[in-house]
Amino acid sequence: MRAMVYRGPYKVRVEEKVMPPIEHPNDAIVRVTLAAICGSDLHLYHGMMPDTRVGMTFGHEFIGVVEQVGSSVQNLKVGDRVMVPFNVYCGSCYFCVRGLYSNCHNVNPNATAVGGIYGYSHTCGGYDGGQSEYVRVPFADVGPSIIPDWLEDEDALMCTDALATGYFGAQLGDISEGDTVVVFGAGPVGLFAAKSSWLMGAGRVIVIDHLEYRLEKARTFAHAETYNFAEYDDIVVEMKKATDYLGADVVIDAVGAEADGNFTQHVTAAKFKLQGGSPIALNWAIDSVRKGGTVSVMGAYGPMFSAVKFGDAMNKGLTLRMNQAPAKRQWPRLFEHIQNGYLKPNDIVTHRIPLEHIAEGYHMFSAKLDDCIKPVIVPGA
Amino acid sequence: MPYTANHPPRAESNDELRARIPGWGADLDPKDRPSVPRERFDPSATGAHWDFPERQEEKWPRERSIEHKFLTPVFGTSSPPHGLSGVLRKFAYAKYSEGRAAHWLILLGADRVDAIESHLRSFATTRPDNPITETGVLSEFSRGGISSRFGKKRVDLNHQWIDPILIAGPWIAAVGAVVLGVRAIAKR
Repeated sequence: MRAMVYRGPYKVRVEEKVMPPIEHPNDAIVRVTLAAICGSDLHLYHGMMPDTRVGMTFGHEFIGVVEQVGSSVQNLKVGDRVMVPFNVYCGSCYFCVRGLYSNCHNVNPNATAVGGIYGYSHTCGGYDGGQSEYVRVPFADVGPSIIPDWLEDEDALMCTDALATGYFGAQLGDISEGDTVVVFGAGPVGLFAAKSSWLMGAGRVIVIDHLEYRLEKARTFAHAETYNFAEYDDIVVEMKKATDYLGADVVIDAVGAEADGNFTQHVTAAKFKLQGGSPIALNWAIDSVRKGGTVSVMGAYGPMFSAVKFGDAMNKGLTLRMNQAPAKRQWPRLFEHIQNGYLKPNDIVTHRIPLEHIAEGYHMFSAKLDDCIKPVIVPGA
Repeated sequence: MPYTANHPPRAESNDELRARIPGWGADLDPKDRPSVPRERFDPSATGAHWDFPERQEEKWPRERSIEHKFLTPVFGTSSPPHGLSGVLRKFAYAKYSEGRAAHWLILLGADRVDAIESHLRSFATTRPDNPITETGVLSEFSRGGISSRFGKKRVDLNHQWIDPILIAGPWIAAVGAVVLGVRAIAKR
């Protein structure tokens, strides 16, 4: 089969790989029909995530058709069209039965601090991902769902991570009616978090980025006010001015490990890997939120330490909330919002790229070329 | 507004927001939010029909965190450890917990060793690594490399110049080392 393969930092290619076998009675093998490149895949691509091995296939956002099932699979059959959440999880451990699917204790031998994620290094379990023609899907009775007939493929694909994560991030903000919500980052997760904040009753939503084309999307897609932080000497002061010097009630970090805005922080983290991630957006979030407010962290960071301004968070009495999203837990409500016309997830898809051209897709997304927001990968195209 | 007990006044009322934003307030009640409360005990919700999953076959000694009691019943099988990078990875897992910086720094070092080993190994195959095609850098020409960068207020341009050095630097250094080595041998 054809599959994207990591060859070292900034290098990927498509190779012939052996078809994934059934390795556990509750496995399924899924023929991938659509996959996506996620902003967090870029952390792997840039060599930031420890134990990212040459030969691994990335891709934790994918949908497809069931090709084969293991002997204990009860809920899926060959030919089913399925969407697969980015979390690999068992459904039966202490964490799964409490809804913390992203924190499963039974699927990641490499680390206890993170659950299993498809195609996301051995630190997240060593599973090959879906930027491929076929993928092994463990716990087929737990993770995947049959895609409802009314749901379009690209909308289903966005539910596997980006939409579910943005929506979850807004929930972690514990938004109350009329709250002012600031979202750092106008990538897919930030756009969905901004859009979701309105669903939860925000009175004002502000999105901050430095890429003008993404801020334009935040205005049109997410109905948000926008600030380009490159135009201001100090974006924190601007947020204080914008909130009558109180600070925002809720701030969502939808940037994560490769945040821009401070050369030293970015370079020490993203280029020289001396931090788990560049904490610029997170520090701005801590400083922009009001005392007693809530910071929701959806941006992904590596397991190493980062220079976070924890003293400010403590002295301001902040609530910091964060987690990888338990994607499938969000789906029933997201389906309602999509059916009601409140959300149209594939509005953020900007590029559709054949699997064979995935190296160009990674470079374009990484370098922010061609107004790229969300690239979708099409195997067999 | 002076510092009083009041929240800054809102620019738009609920009705105005409802008229402007599709679905505004649909999840206003926390009970409608699927992850509120974040922990909700419900074993029947997941689809699992086991108390503890069957164990997947361990086809090679699978490296695992020493913070785990045992090898998890299910695990990924991508890219088994090999070569010097494999030795380093096994050492990092066997010796240091996730709480130790040494664990992660050794794994990051092993990643760089893995890349070098794999590049060298590729030269003994019919498909050696090609930094031009594998970096996708040709999309600079097809996807507006210049127009996407210049005339924009992008702050990432202040560090993008480092990328070619990080990517091409080791290749240039390796070629230089080979040239110097060959010359030194030729002079003998």
